Amino acid sequence: MEFFGLTLPSYGWETVLGSAVSGVFLGAIYALVALGLTLIYGVLHIINFAHGALLMLGMYGVFFLWKLAGIDPYLAMLIVVPGGFALGYLLQRFVIGKASHGRDEIILLVTLGLSIVIENGALFFFSATERSVLVPYDLDGIDLGVTYAVWPEIAALAGSLAITGALWLFMMRTDTGRAIRAVARERRGAQLVGINVDHIFAVTFGLGTAIVAAAASLLAPTYPVHPQIGNLFVLIAFTVVVLGGMGSFVGALVGGFLIGITEQLGRLYMGESLGVITVSVIFILVLLLRPTGLFGQRSGQG
Amino acid sequence: MAGWLIIALALALAPLALGSGRWVEFLELTLFVAVLGQGWNVLGGYGGQYSFGNAVFFGTGAYVQALLQYRFGISPWISLWFAIAGTAAVGAAIGWLSFRYGLRGSYFALITLAFAEAFHVLARSFPSITEGGRGVQLALNQDPDRALATFQFNFAGSFLAENGFYYTILAVFLASAFATWRMERTRFGAQLIAVRENEDAAQALGIDAFRVKLGAISISAAITAAAGVYYVQKYLFIEPGIAFGTSKSVEALFAPIIGGLGTVVGPLLGSFFIHGVGEAAKATIGQALGDRPGVDLILFGTILILVLAFLPRGLAGLWAALWRRLTGGDGNA
Repeated sequence: MEFFGLTLPSYGWETVLGSAVSGVFLGAIYALVALGLTLIYGVLHIINFAHGALLMLGMYGVFFLWKLAGIDPYLAMLIVVPGGFALGYLLQRFVIGKASHGRDEIILLVTLGLSIVIENGALFFFSATERSVLVPYDLDGIDLGVTYAVWPEIAALAGSLAITGALWLFMMRTDTGRAIRAVARERRGAQLVGINVDHIFAVTFGLGTAIVAAAASLLAPTYPVHPQIGNLFVLIAFTVVVLGGMGSFVGALVGGFLIGITEQLGRLYMGESLGVITVSVIFILVLLLRPTGLFGQRSGQG
Repeated sequence: MAGWLIIALALALAPLALGSGRWVEFLELTLFVAVLGQGWNVLGGYGGQYSFGNAVFFGTGAYVQALLQYRFGISPWISLWFAIAGTAAVGAAIGWLSFRYGLRGSYFALITLAFAEAFHVLARSFPSITEGGRGVQLALNQDPDRALATFQFNFAGSFLAENGFYYTILAVFLASAFATWRMERTRFGAQLIAVRENEDAAQALGIDAFRVKLGAISISAAITAAAGVYYVQKYLFIEPGIAFGTSKSVEALFAPIIGGLGTVVGPLLGSFFIHGVGEAAKATIGQALGDRPGVDLILFGTILILVLAFLPRGLAGLWAALWRRLTGGDGNA
């Protein structure tokens, strides 16, 4: 096959399908990391640069719960998710909200500063050593014919769908969810009807952080944790959010799967190293040509 | 202006006064980051366009400088012009795409980040051109007579060997500061500031905001590329992570924001302050807790957040306010 003068290898459909299916599993993880990011963007219009660092912090939480108390990484969710919520709430209420004077570019820089502090704090206290959570079932799984899926991958896929669904229900059915949607739609109006906007902002940031903590638990059995691990996901998560449409949950899910599949096919056809450029290229093209993404409503020129 | 002459003179005489060694190394690092910062400041400080991917300019400049010598044996004194001009062209291309499609604020930050990442992957993926992940290693010149011709001071006479690169980065810094100072006083500089303050209003006054931003990103790219040229000549080595990784993008924005956005002296002030604090922290906290990495960056991040929260005009703004209080009038510092 010829492609811009490069000769691409040709594969049988099983190989291609196998790659695509493993892309779906990878995409589920991307979608989940992106979900918290898109929620925060949708309400606060913040691009949270600290998201990757918070993911990393969550993974350390899961690791130490497993290492020191023998708690299974999936069970650790019961602890890291509320912990993530509390941390996110406090960060927004007392650091980001206070330091940013409500200006978008300043918020971006404040979250960048936070990510640097958190990342290097982890480097300082935990060192750069990679640490792995070992579970007895990490190599068991199901043979799907075209590829083999291990339980942690299946759990990540199921977890992403369940958490996205739960978040959607929460937003639609609870009073807090309604208040969040009201603030996202019309900040001033929400304030006028008696909603405490600062509190709702902090709750939203807390929810976003709680979701990324859940993602940390689902990732822990497959990815070793080190202070830089967040960076691996954060640029991809930005791409997913932009592709899906900033603030859209469905967009995060669809975007996650699309990016996961594209990346795996990119690797198959263009090699391990160059294959990941597909992600950057999609990112740039979507930003230029359709900054509202697939499911977004807000204009990109903000 | 008098202030600048004193700064320039003090920096030029510093190696003589301090002797070579630690303090000159410290000043050299400070100046290097100040150049990265000045590059960012032209676009971010004066133009209000916050780039999160200035590493793309640092890396392009460094790679052009390294590869022209490595592949074609071109003199470093000639390749540096290609590095600077080529990077300015890359800056113009990225700016053309981003500004043509109207990206502002967070979206501009994200697209610059994406370009840096794309260049990172490209540099890693074509070993036949860039040597891939191993990086480009330039041959070390050991002939003292060719020290100047090869732009390598390692085997030059002792003064040049110890201070050659200090004076290189000092010259680059002074040139970048002078260019910024000149820019501030031209019509173009005034238009750039107008675009920062209110782009729509500037447009309404007949300013071609697109062209102005394009000019600013090209200058920003050229200054940042010069830092890349210095880096390659000093270390004779460049690889994708150093060139296009996030750390250079981050270093570039720390100095001007902490020092004072949109001021000529801001990047130098900021760089001097954070690296001073960094060195002090390493000497105290680092010493007390064993030599662990991360202390300096924890402090830089904290300082950044504090400055954003309490000093919107950075240290330069603080200085101006203190000066006014001391003199009781509106002296301009």
